Amino acid sequence: MALDPSYLRYDMRRYGMDHDRYTWSPLPTRPNVVWPGGAKVALWISVHLEFFPLNPAGTPFKLPGGMVTPYPDLRHFTLREYGNRVGVQRLLRLFERLQLRASFPTNAAVARRIPSLLRDLGGHELVGHGRDMDHPHYGGMEEAAERALIADSLATLRDVSGQAVDGWISPGKSESQRTPELLVENGVRWFGDWINDDMPYQFVTANGSLVAMPHSSELSDRQILIDYRHAESEFADQILDQHAFLAREAAATGGGRILALTLHPWVIGQPHRIGALERALETVLGSAWNVTGGELCRVWEAQQKLSGG
Amino acid sequence: MKADPGLYDYWPYRDRPKVVWPDGKRLAFWVAPNIEFYELDPPPNPQRKAWTKPTPDVMPYSYRDYGNRVGHWRMMELLDRFKIRGSISLSVALIDHHPEIIQACVERSWEFFSHGIYNTRYCYGMDEAQERAIIEDAIETVQRATGQRISGWLAPALTHTERTMDLLAEYGLTYTCDLFHDDQPTPVKVAGKQRFCSVPYSLEMNDSITFNVQNITPRRYVDILKANFDRLYKEGEESGTVMCIPLHAYLIGQPYRLEPFAEALDYITSHDGVWVTTGREIARYWLDNYYDKAAADIAARAT
Repeated sequence: MALDPSYLRYDMRRYGMDHDRYTWSPLPTRPNVVWPGGAKVALWISVHLEFFPLNPAGTPFKLPGGMVTPYPDLRHFTLREYGNRVGVQRLLRLFERLQLRASFPTNAAVARRIPSLLRDLGGHELVGHGRDMDHPHYGGMEEAAERALIADSLATLRDVSGQAVDGWISPGKSESQRTPELLVENGVRWFGDWINDDMPYQFVTANGSLVAMPHSSELSDRQILIDYRHAESEFADQILDQHAFLAREAAATGGGRILALTLHPWVIGQPHRIGALERALETVLGSAWNVTGGELCRVWEAQQKLSGG
Repeated sequence: MKADPGLYDYWPYRDRPKVVWPDGKRLAFWVAPNIEFYELDPPPNPQRKAWTKPTPDVMPYSYRDYGNRVGHWRMMELLDRFKIRGSISLSVALIDHHPEIIQACVERSWEFFSHGIYNTRYCYGMDEAQERAIIEDAIETVQRATGQRISGWLAPALTHTERTMDLLAEYGLTYTCDLFHDDQPTPVKVAGKQRFCSVPYSLEMNDSITFNVQNITPRRYVDILKANFDRLYKEGEESGTVMCIPLHAYLIGQPYRLEPFAEALDYITSHDGVWVTTGREIARYWLDNYYDKAAADIAARAT
């Protein structure tokens, strides 16, 4: 018994990537980008506002943070809700005191259920984040269904907030083969699903330009505190170490770097956790340039045009 | 099945009517020992197995039994040292199995509330009559053994049905520990329109989550408890907060965990603005003084 001979054919064996979505580009070989005021590090905070239905279909798979026990899983449902009613208020108060602006990837279900929360966000940036945490985009998904999901999610955020909303993070960062095309079709300028870079890069779609932004799944409260079970003080240390390294790299290369920090109010908004974030941000803020995803994208794009890149 | 249980309205934790606890205190502190009985060979529930191995699953069964034989007595002594009356989340059948524990807690005027009949009998799949039967059993059995009528409920092994809250309110209970959506008491919507509330119990501070799920060290548990307290104590100046430490004697009652834990109790109870109390007293005080204000504020925000 042998494998079919086609198993040893390598059609995409070539220089660069095995697909045409983006160009192979080692970080050290790229032209520098610089941040306003000569800041070394841009601080981009994303706060996810999510709705986890009590009765998930889980089709075709569950996303992280979904219900765990048999129905009705009040325990996990109400703990997620805690984030949107208590935890997020702790974050907003902290951002107000430190004069920070953040991006809020927001499920359309949150916008529909709690429009007042979107009004509380004031000058923060809303980012498309799908319908809810039980509607993943996935390979093989029906095109019309995905188109409707994206159009409806964005329209809901735009209607409720009045913001243009031109950024996107897919729920669970899960995509179909055509998600990028459908995002561009719906007026999205940047997205943050691919976790392969620390800097923005140009993503290729059949419908035109889309910027891939380095939204972090690594420096994320959910990953570090919940999945890895590290201590709150360790999370703070990891933020500070990330910042210190990026600042050194920026100084050495002369080009700006990005500290992307991902937060979930149901995780970091707990009373015993918020203090660690507070201490880390107070330190980082001394030298970082705080910016939202959309603004960062535009600053980066402007320099690509100037350099002809 | 519903996407949302519909048990409470959205109520952002900001600019709420100010809560002040008795004597001007700003944080209501309560300790909820779960005094549980797990059966060695319970009947199966179609939606959840009690043990992973075939009967007898010796390790996890005897681990929990340690709590009743050894850990409880140490934990009780520690709470005595800090003049804390426990609010007992009780597997009601333990009244029949281990009356010595019940007697010791009655002598200390601890509160008893229900945590179901056994922690190995789940509510999944119960019809209304069956759920009524466990509530009635709990009310009658606890009353007979302790003279107390239960006011609170923590579902056995945190298993519920869609009608649990409605039934608890109908039987005159005043509070649930099963909702984790807030750091203050909140109204809970029930079919019969009784005044029923959620008293913050905590999974985050629960020794079973921190030790069994998060696998943290005893000293880090102290750090977490102190950080949780510090934040809620600070915010309690604006409007009174609630901090609960749910315990399990088989976990916290291990010798290597008790001494560090004492440090946390010492720290918390040494603050002047702390009301050391029980779940029932928090519910009573909040229902009498703040339920109406909360309901009005929630309604006003909805318009």
